[in-house]
Amino acid sequence: MNVDWPWPWLPRNVDKIVEATGEHLYLALLPVLAGLVISVPLGWAASRWPAVRLVLVPLAGVLYTIPSLALITLVPLLLGTKIIDPLNVQVPLAIYTIALLVRSVTDALLAVPGEVTAAATAIGFRPAKRFLAVELPLAVPVIVAGLRVAAVSAMSLTAVGALIGIGGLGGLITEGFRRNNAVEMVVAIALILVIALIIDALLLLAGKVITPWTRVRQGAAK
Amino acid sequence: MIEFQAVTKKYPDGTVAVDGLDLVVDAGKITVFVGPSGCGKTTSLRMINRMIDPTSGTILLDGKDIRESDPPLLRRGIGYVIQHAGLFPHRTVLDNVATVPMLTGKNKRAARSRAAELLELVGLPTEMGKRYPAQLSGGQQQRVGVARALAADPPVLLMDEPFSAVDPIVRDDLQQQLLRLQSELDKTIVFVTHDIDEAIKLGDRVAVFRVGGRLAQYATPSELLAKPADDFVSSFVGRDRGYRALGFLTATGVPVGPVATVKIGETAAEPGWVVVVDERNRPLGWLDQGSTSDAASADDVVSGGSLYEVDGAAGTAGSLRNALDAALSSPAGVGIAVDADGAVAGSVKAEAVLEALATARRTGEVPA
Repeated sequence: MNVDWPWPWLPRNVDKIVEATGEHLYLALLPVLAGLVISVPLGWAASRWPAVRLVLVPLAGVLYTIPSLALITLVPLLLGTKIIDPLNVQVPLAIYTIALLVRSVTDALLAVPGEVTAAATAIGFRPAKRFLAVELPLAVPVIVAGLRVAAVSAMSLTAVGALIGIGGLGGLITEGFRRNNAVEMVVAIALILVIALIIDALLLLAGKVITPWTRVRQGAAK
Repeated sequence: MIEFQAVTKKYPDGTVAVDGLDLVVDAGKITVFVGPSGCGKTTSLRMINRMIDPTSGTILLDGKDIRESDPPLLRRGIGYVIQHAGLFPHRTVLDNVATVPMLTGKNKRAARSRAAELLELVGLPTEMGKRYPAQLSGGQQQRVGVARALAADPPVLLMDEPFSAVDPIVRDDLQQQLLRLQSELDKTIVFVTHDIDEAIKLGDRVAVFRVGGRLAQYATPSELLAKPADDFVSSFVGRDRGYRALGFLTATGVPVGPVATVKIGETAAEPGWVVVVDERNRPLGWLDQGSTSDAASADDVVSGGSLYEVDGAAGTAGSLRNALDAALSSPAGVGIAVDADGAVAGSVKAEAVLEALATARRTGEVPA
């Protein structure tokens, strides 16, 4: 490949880069959020009924092994969406998020100590309130760990969408490749990395802030 | 009052957890369900707050069939203490205790001030309210569990092996505290344990269950020790039941005799066993004065057995069991009686305890 180094590309394209970054975040984060919202009830069902668990958890594993390229090209055919619809990328990303999180949510809910749920029931919590007030908060640390993996993967997977024309920063990579513009490619790759790290750090921090009990020193008080 | 009427719990696999239980739990008393594992004691307890529903039979709470109550509402009126406390790890100690008042509709502020009162009641410093359960010892967590169960001031308290996961010294503390609380609160307490000693110590009445969910005997602790209904109960009650039954008889009739004492550092007037005491006349141990004519030094003191407490002024005394144990565990063959301040009050002989027991038998204080 005959690469030249058009450094001036960078200052001339700040607007384009900012727009692509914004699009990238929108494409990646919305499906992660949607995936989380869908995974919680699925994980709840899987933790509650062994039969559901036996189906859902392996199914999630299988979904995650589908190559992203295949999923991204198949979804528009299955959904009948237009060629440039963001859903073409967002639906596959949501599927990957669900595939990751169903297992996390299930495991996290199953790990809530039996005597804690029994005590909550005996105290007079109704099942829905008990789930929201006791089981879900206790599952947060494990769910956040899963969410961080899902969010970081979504950042890189979004770039694959560039192959069907919707890829945020991925679009800059393919464009840079076509135009022999190494700077454009490097900038896009670096930005994907940076926003992935920032999102990961923000989730880690948010997870710590909402679970103060996990940070206390263990052991007897004197 | 809680009444079990022909209550049976059968599981789909055919296991019978509870088999035709008829039993009345007296209001304001501690009733202990005791038995080996698989005897249905915990199942019976959990049927009272509908954590488990019986297959057949009826349970009445203050005359009302519990099946007519909405389970969550029923449970809010029944305190529940579980093994390992079952505290919410993600809530502070104070908020753990405040959970029930908040469920019953109190605002956060009122619930928390009530919770702070309860922490004090169970002997925990208020500052501890800000901590999370993981920062507390097992015994402290269990106290919080009791506070949480009492938070809504329910008339009924269910306790499911609450003290079985803590070490013996802490357990003893928690048991004493429960008895102290109960003397103030007069709750109707149903207490499940597999430990017959705990049952006898805490129970006003004890229900002994056998495997298969059948009630073997329902009696007061002293009756249980004196007249076990059958071989199962007598083997479950265990060895030394005659000796342990002495724990239910006060030793007020046992005469306290004189005993020779010597202050540490001084020389005893006569040879033989003397009690070495400190400046405030509290016993330090025994000294066999025949073995040395020197002044009593700490090195020669043989540690004595248990002490038996009498309070001549108040006319109270420990149990016959305390008195007999003091006599039997002493190297000198007589037990040391101490007063409420711990000072030597005199001696007690094993023969005197046995005579007191014979008197109690004659007067019918002991079920013969």
